[in-house]
Amino acid sequence: MAVTRTETLPIRTGDDVVRVRQRVRALAVEIGLGLVDQTKIVTAASELARNTLDYGGGGDVMAEIVQAGARLGLRLTFDDQGPGIADIEQAMTDHYTSGGGLGLGLGGAKRLSNEFHIASMPGKGTRVTIARWK
Amino acid sequence: MHGAELLRKVVVDDAGGIRDAWLAILAAGMTAHGGRAREGELRTQAGIVVSQLGEGLAAGDLDADGSGFAPLRETLADISRSRALQGFTPTDTANFVFSLKEPVFEALGRACGSGSPDLATGVVSAGKLLDRLALHTMETFLASREEVIGRQGQEIAELSTPVVRLWDGILALPLIGTLDSARTGVVMETLLQAIVDEEAEIAIIDITGVPTVDTLVAQHLLKTVAAARLMGADCIVSGIRPQIAQTMVHLGVELNVVSKATLADAFAVALRRTGRKVVRQQAPTEERR
Ligand SMILES: Nc1ncnc2c1ncn2[C@@H]1O[C@H](COP(=O)(O)OP(=O)(O)OP(=O)(O)O)[C@@H](O)[C@H]1O
Ligand SMILES: [Mg+2]
Repeated sequence: MAVTRTETLPIRTGDDVVRVRQRVRALAVEIGLGLVDQTKIVTAASELARNTLDYGGGGDVMAEIVQAGARLGLRLTFDDQGPGIADIEQAMTDHYTSGGGLGLGLGGAKRLSNEFHIASMPGKGTRVTIARWK
Repeated sequence: MHGAELLRKVVVDDAGGIRDAWLAILAAGMTAHGGRAREGELRTQAGIVVSQLGEGLAAGDLDADGSGFAPLRETLADISRSRALQGFTPTDTANFVFSLKEPVFEALGRACGSGSPDLATGVVSAGKLLDRLALHTMETFLASREEVIGRQGQEIAELSTPVVRLWDGILALPLIGTLDSARTGVVMETLLQAIVDEEAEIAIIDITGVPTVDTLVAQHLLKTVAAARLMGADCIVSGIRPQIAQTMVHLGVELNVVSKATLADAFAVALRRTGRKVVRQQAPTEERR
C-alpha cells in the first residue's frame, strides 16, 4: 500500500473541527468517493476531531491519500497528548460517555469506516486511525 | 535648540498653517474614496489634533506613549474607531496621521531655514513622534475592526436562525450551516421563545441545510425536541437527506420524533394534526377540459 499524499491539520478550536470536516470532504471528493461514503467519513472525522479537542485537549489529524493496487482510500490519523483512555473497551461501548455526550462517537466512527484502530496510553495520549476505501 | 522645544514652537506658532496644509492633503486623498469624511468634520478633527500635538509637545516630551500625549492618543483613538465603523480602509486611516508629516516638516523648514542643523533634528523628532502616533491609531483601528467583525459574526448566527410562522400554531425552523455550540444555543432559545409567543402546537425543524449530522448535532436536536415538548409543542424533523439518514443509523442515534423527507410533507402532517386540511377549490383548467 502506498501513500500518495499527506497533510496535517491542527485541532485546537471548534473552528478547527469545522475545517477538518471541510478538508476531509474535499479529499473524499478528490479520490472519488460517492455521496454516502463522503458523508460517512466526514461524520466519522467530525466525531474523532471533537474527541481530540474535548478529551485529548487538542492535537492534530494527519490525512493521507492511500493506494492499494487500483483502489484509492482516505486514511485519517487523530493524535493527541491528552490523558489517554484507561479502559478502551468501555470507551468503545455505545452510550458510554464521561463528558455528557451521547457516547456514540467512537463506536459510530468505527461503524462508519472500513478500518478503525485505536491506541491509547494513560498519561501519554490517544491515537485513532480510520480509513475509507473507494 | 532642543528637538521637542523647536517642534513645539513651530507646531504652536504655525498651527493654522499646518492644519490648512494638512487638510489640503487629506481633501486630495479623500476624493478617491468618495469623500467619506465630511469636510467640516475633518476640519474640526484636524484642528483638535494639531492643537493637542502642540500641548503634548509643551509638556517638553517627545514620548508619544507619555502622559503629555494622552489626550491626543484619545482623540486619535476616537477618530480611528469611528473610521473602522464607517468602513474606512486601513490605508486611509494610517494616511490620516502620516500625511501630517509633510506640513509639519514644511513648517519646520519655514521656521529655521533650509540647511540649518536644527531642521534635521526637528524633522527626525517629528518623524519618530508621528510614526508612533500613527501606529497607535492603527492599533485602535484594527481592534475596532475586530470588534465589528465579531459582532457581525454574532448577528449572522442570529440572522440565520429565523423561526417562520407557517400557520396558526405551526412554526418552522429551517437550519442552515454548521451547528456549533454557540449557534445551537441561539437556535434553541429562538425556537422556544417563538413557541411561547405563538402558542405553537407544532414546530418543524428542517435540517436540509445542515451538511453534517454528527452526535453533537443529534444531541442538540434531541435537547431541542425535549425542551419544545415541555413547552407544549411537538416537533417534526424534516429534510433528513438519504446519506444523512444512513449515517445516523451507523452512528446509532435515534431522534424518536416524527420525521419527514421534506418541509412540505412535514407541513401537511402538521396541518392534519391540528385538524386542518388543504383542499383544491377547483381543478386547474387543463384538467377540466
Ligand atoms: N482522545 C481521547 N482522549 C481521552 N479520552 C477519550 C478520547 N476520545 C474518547 N475518549 C473517552 O471515550 C468516551 C467515549 O467517547 P465517544 O466519542 O464514544 O462518546 P462522547 O464523546 O462521550 O459522546 P459523543 O461522541 O456521542 O458526543 C468519552 O466520553 C471519553 O471518556
Ligand atoms: Mg465523542
